[in-house]
Amino acid sequence: MSAGEQALTGMPGVPLSLRGPAPTRVVAGFGFWLFLLSDIIIFAALFATYAVLSHSTAGGPSAAELFDKKHVFLETMCLLASSVTCGFGSLAIQRTDARAMYFWMGVTFLLGACFLAMEGREFASMVAAGSGPSHSAFLSAFFTLVGTHGLHVTVGLVWLVVMLLQVATLGFQPMVSRRFFCYGLFWHALDIVWIGVFTIVYLGAK
Amino acid sequence: MFGRLTWSAIPFDQPIVMGTCAAVGVVLLVIFALVTFKGWWPYLWREWITSVDHKRIGAMYMILGLVMLVRGFSDAIMMRTQQALAAGHAAGYLPPEHFDQIFSAHGTIMIFFVAMPFVIGLMNFALPLQLGVRDVAFPKLNSVSFWLTAAGVLLVNLSLFVGEFARTGWLAYPPLSELAYSPGVGVDYYLWSLQLSGLGTLLSGINLTTTILKLRAPGMGYKRMPVFCWTALASNLLIVAAFPVLTATFAMLLLDRYCGFHFFTNDLGGNPMMYINLIWIWGHPEVYILILPAFGVFSEVVATFSGKPLFGYRSMVLATMAICVLSFMVWLHHFFTMGAGADVNGFFGIATMIIAVPTGVKVFNWLFTLYGARVQYNVPVYWTLGFIVTFVIGGMTGVLMAIPPADFVLHNSLFLIAHFHNVVIGGVVFGVMAGMTYWFPKAFGFKLNERLGKAVFWCWFIGFYLAFMPLYALGLMGATRRMQHYPDTHWQPLMLVALSGAVVILLGIVLTVIQIAVSIRQRHANRDRSGDPWNARTLEWSIPSPPPAWNFTRLPSVEGTDAYWHMKKEGTAQRPLPGAYVDLHLPRNSPVGVFLAFFAVTLGFALIWRIYWLAAVGLVGAVVVALIESWKTDLAIRVPAPEVEAFEHAHATAPLRGPSGSRDTVHDDVVATSGDRS
Amino acid sequence: MDAKVEPQGEAPGVDVRRQDGARSYLIGLLYAVPLTLASFWAASTSLVYPPAVPVLLAVLAIAQMGVHLAFFLHISSAPDQANNFLALAFGLFISGLVVFGSLVIMSNLNHNMMPMDALMKMQR
Repeated sequence: MSAGEQALTGMPGVPLSLRGPAPTRVVAGFGFWLFLLSDIIIFAALFATYAVLSHSTAGGPSAAELFDKKHVFLETMCLLASSVTCGFGSLAIQRTDARAMYFWMGVTFLLGACFLAMEGREFASMVAAGSGPSHSAFLSAFFTLVGTHGLHVTVGLVWLVVMLLQVATLGFQPMVSRRFFCYGLFWHALDIVWIGVFTIVYLGAK
Repeated sequence: MFGRLTWSAIPFDQPIVMGTCAAVGVVLLVIFALVTFKGWWPYLWREWITSVDHKRIGAMYMILGLVMLVRGFSDAIMMRTQQALAAGHAAGYLPPEHFDQIFSAHGTIMIFFVAMPFVIGLMNFALPLQLGVRDVAFPKLNSVSFWLTAAGVLLVNLSLFVGEFARTGWLAYPPLSELAYSPGVGVDYYLWSLQLSGLGTLLSGINLTTTILKLRAPGMGYKRMPVFCWTALASNLLIVAAFPVLTATFAMLLLDRYCGFHFFTNDLGGNPMMYINLIWIWGHPEVYILILPAFGVFSEVVATFSGKPLFGYRSMVLATMAICVLSFMVWLHHFFTMGAGADVNGFFGIATMIIAVPTGVKVFNWLFTLYGARVQYNVPVYWTLGFIVTFVIGGMTGVLMAIPPADFVLHNSLFLIAHFHNVVIGGVVFGVMAGMTYWFPKAFGFKLNERLGKAVFWCWFIGFYLAFMPLYALGLMGATRRMQHYPDTHWQPLMLVALSGAVVILLGIVLTVIQIAVSIRQRHANRDRSGDPWNARTLEWSIPSPPPAWNFTRLPSVEGTDAYWHMKKEGTAQRPLPGAYVDLHLPRNSPVGVFLAFFAVTLGFALIWRIYWLAAVGLVGAVVVALIESWKTDLAIRVPAPEVEAFEHAHATAPLRGPSGSRDTVHDDVVATSGDRS
Repeated sequence: MDAKVEPQGEAPGVDVRRQDGARSYLIGLLYAVPLTLASFWAASTSLVYPPAVPVLLAVLAIAQMGVHLAFFLHISSAPDQANNFLALAFGLFISGLVVFGSLVIMSNLNHNMMPMDALMKMQR
């Protein structure tokens, strides 16, 4: 650090924007935050398309006829619980408590897997009943919106396994902690998107 | 086994294409042989292909853009020639199914593979240097972004030789782009190459936004950033906001084509207008993504060569951020004629006129900066003056078309074509040329040949007016866009004038190549040892040319806008810096970018031809490459302090005359010779 | 407690002021569950004036998202969260434009234009 740099970062009255480059942890976190926001905009486009096409059922069954709210409630609770357990896992990482981390992240994985299993069953039964995505614009939009969220959850579970392997092989070094931290942001953001999905798609179905 | 790929995919019956194929093949072979026999592969691999240095990546983007400019422009010459010939009963030489591919490829290449790489390349090179830091926020991701763009380029070029390209225009509107009406691979080539390069661009947007917001030299608060950094911030925010919409929209069209979905089909409830709505939600911000960095370049050039601070820094910043926000509120003006009611059309028409106001503010600020200054009339300033005149004309025709009733007459006419070429060439191309000339000495340590540079400018300037002013007239006479032939022979003279303009621009492009070659030959005579050949104002000029890998030996301490000018006045700008040197750490080079791009091309090509096992190989390969890279822990290289010190001493500036604050020796030499060297 | 304030602000998801992080997640859960239950109730009840149900659902959804942002992601309007907050606001602004802009435009178009199946029947 130069003398000037040191002077600026040390002084209490200096605004944050003048203190020089941020540490890697902050840079990585903010960059990932921007990526998440871009992902949310992808979902916004898919939501918009769903909203526009939700009545284009081409004579087939409508949303209200197809969706089972109890099923969706269970899925929602799984995902919400997994967000909380992921939070506990993140705290364990901050404490570098490996056993607690494996436990809480393991529970997170199981809850996420339950969510996916339930969603997969719902999709399969709809396809079997002749309401697959190629049967109408509404169904295309539904499967794409909910399916994209499910795809993100799947990627999240794979990423979780990779992160657990990285902790096991590389330990809690800064690079691994940063990534796990970004994972936490991702997982919470997925739950936020799900709030939109179940409200607009399932609860909003008339 | 090979999906839809058969030998009939190679267009043996099309002489123009086969000739091009042969020519490109020969050129590639010659380059490959040259590099191999000279033993340059290790150097290329180590210093360029696996580089994570923003300066190298920026240069590679510029080279990519220049190469694709040749392809996009050859499409243009072919179209101009066809339209000059095919009047009345004449058929020209390009049958419609080829002409349609040519205009689609022209637009796609020029926007996605020429303009975007140029703009992103300039931002990549200049941003960290202007911000006073060592690199962008995510250097390895930067490499990935570049190579994904290159992957898209490769796919688009492959479409010329294996298969066909889309015939749907540069935005591939459904239902024409749906499987029922475009059953071939053309639209798939379009979609996959743009999805890959779009991902690269999005990652670049995230990278540069994070760099500007989180990585600046100490003391550089937001109000002390150069204006180019502000325009880059706005542009990258737009990338992060708009490109996801493009990705989602193309994904939906791909689902329609590959999995029989019905988003935009004619049947089972599909709504093609939803595609048009979404694609323009991306499309309008896209043009602002292109123009804002060009505006930034002009701000830097005007301030530097007027020798004065930019007039109205605050209003420039406000205008830039206003354009950033407003650019998301005008998109319907691209489809006024497609069914919206007068109230919706009216809202977007008014919004479109409002967005012209901040641009006007910027133009006035540039003019006020030039007013009363001793302006150096060198090549970047020529481009700037040419831009001010040309862009204002183009902007005015845009505001004209913002009036929905007028647009009902002019939509999709040659008037529209003339308008957007007016603003893109007059704005983006002129800005890129100015930026290239301005920053070339920083990147390579010697200036570009001035006389040839002025010749290039005049060719582009005169060529542009010859090529596009007739198109305004033709549009008002009723000529529509994308015509393979036309019945009214009265239009032909104007088409011939337009062709002559294209030829003049072609001369400009040839002269650019000659200029670069001549400048490289003359590099020792034109060498700049000071790092500051223009007597400029911002931080990138405070370091040697070309800069060391670490940019700044010590991060500068910034005390105001035009930080380097301030340093020169205070006498703190000389090298070597006093004080002790420390070891520096730089990110290690990585092949992850080029490897990911390899698997991305495999994935894309396989999906285009429906070779699903190969697609799986591509996907798995990409994931494996990423995982292997993520396990690497040895990510930094150390530059020892003695090496840094040696470099500083080798690139010392000449001693100052004294603490009087007057011009120092180095800059006197430079000012006396700059602008006159030819 | 004097927490170190990072240059350029703190990363999202990090709350340097709180010592007992687990409380934040538990409180978030405590708010989120009833809000979710309320959403599901609102969708199937007959006690709410029917045209107001979508508005109620929207409010509840926004509240649930707010709980997630505040208690799980620690986004706030504190000065060291300024960049994160502004980025989120920008993202939400764009998302809103995309969704509501598309809805307005497409309904305007659908109102004015012949439905696609009728158009297709006119093809010869």
